Amino acid sequence: MSATEPGEYLPTRSSSGRDIILPAVVLGGGLIAWEAVVRIGAIPAYVLPAPSLIAQTLVKDRDILFPSLVVTLTITFQALFWATLCAIALALAIAQSKWLERALMPFAIVLQVTPIIAIAPLLLVYLAPQEAVLVCAFLVAFFPILSNTSLGLASVDHALLDLFDLYRASPWQRLAYLRAPAALPQFFTGLRIGGGLALIGAIVAELAAGAAGQGAGLAFRITEAGYRLDIPRMFAALALISLTGVLIYAALALLSHLCLRRWHESARERGE
Amino acid sequence: MNAAAKPFVSLRGIGKVFANGVMALRDVDLEVREGETLTLLGPSGCGKSTVLRLIAGLLAPTSGAIAWRDANALPGVGFVFQEPTLLPWADVFANVYLPLRLAGVSRAAAAPRVDEALELVGLSAFRGALPRELSGGMKMRAAIARALVTRPAVLLMDEPFAALDEVTRFKLEDDLIALKRELETTIVFVTHSVYESVYLSTRILVLAARGGRVVDEIDVDPEVPRDEEFRLGMQFSCLCRRASRALQGAMGEQVL
Repeated sequence: MSATEPGEYLPTRSSSGRDIILPAVVLGGGLIAWEAVVRIGAIPAYVLPAPSLIAQTLVKDRDILFPSLVVTLTITFQALFWATLCAIALALAIAQSKWLERALMPFAIVLQVTPIIAIAPLLLVYLAPQEAVLVCAFLVAFFPILSNTSLGLASVDHALLDLFDLYRASPWQRLAYLRAPAALPQFFTGLRIGGGLALIGAIVAELAAGAAGQGAGLAFRITEAGYRLDIPRMFAALALISLTGVLIYAALALLSHLCLRRWHESARERGE
Repeated sequence: MNAAAKPFVSLRGIGKVFANGVMALRDVDLEVREGETLTLLGPSGCGKSTVLRLIAGLLAPTSGAIAWRDANALPGVGFVFQEPTLLPWADVFANVYLPLRLAGVSRAAAAPRVDEALELVGLSAFRGALPRELSGGMKMRAAIARALVTRPAVLLMDEPFAALDEVTRFKLEDDLIALKRELETTIVFVTHSVYESVYLSTRILVLAARGGRVVDEIDVDPEVPRDEEFRLGMQFSCLCRRASRALQGAMGEQVL
């Protein structure tokens, strides 16, 4: 630190090795133990399939599973996209007017606290299964993005607001140069939560809808495989869902890191 | 009183009651003269920051009036807050450019003025640095550059150096005096430090602990060079003693 001029960027010590290798070792160890237990105990595949069999099933059933993955992913991303758009719009509106906040927040909270699994059958009465699934995923993703973005927009340093008052900033300038960038960290927190919930919402709604045929998502594949006692395929579909969730989270975390790494504490390592 | 010393801005019978019922100021009269460095010295909670915010137009008085000498052409006001108050996501250049940006000046047109302001506070080498990469003193310099970039007629400073260590504070005080000499700006400086007030200002107003009434006025000869000699000299300690007494008087029977 001492040999470097202030203001110069210091190369950051890479921690990716430690962060990736350790969990990978744990995961690998777990899979090996699982495989060993199944083989040594001669547990039948319809009770607990070995990881190797699940992997084989993933390959064998790819023509069934991967189109379903595409369906689930499409719904998840559509829901996340619309939830983000609507949440930002509403958060901005609420930030402009306390009246609007008082009028709308209770409904947003009611929607949030009502379990989605209880809403799904009702939505299926009024909407086609595909639409109902999309609406469910939208509803669960919407609230965390809304509440976090609202919080971010509201919690701007008061002295900075004074500064903008002093120079008679217009509401638009205040939003563009102060509130929006200040709200970015909380917005990304909401987006990460919303991304995970959109997938959960899509899966739950699919389970409730039981949509079959061309538009069947991964959740339907799990139910279907359960009826057929095809336990390896249940695990394979589950593995795909988990992987999807992890990838969504990782993608949003990366996006957040890229946008915030220059200045926000959350995206920096201590001592940097 | 010659023309140059005619009140630049005058506050008459100012009262300020906040929405929560707290009375911050009661019947305050004071004036700021052009070209002076005026210090408002008072204990915490005496309303000296409120006076500054009233002058800046950030607050409106509950009663009384604030009159500028030239009511038709309100002079530009620069404000330095207690904290540096920089945008954490913007580099030093963008932070100093902010007031001009809000006034609709393009980046290209503003660049020479921003660079000039950075030069004045000695931050030219750090125009690309982010606030978190700067020391406390450098952040405050950036905040001063931002206040100066609009070339304000009055620079209002609200305990800007209170959070800095002594060495940094002395350096910034000297630099502020040099800046002031170069720019001939009027400065209104709020502090609770007796030494700072005597060192920096040409006139000190001591405010009462409650209500912010002016209880004493101390003139400091502007011609005496402000240096280490002055800081250790007889005149300085006499003035400090006087200001200190006035401050104690201003506290009255207040329980600390």
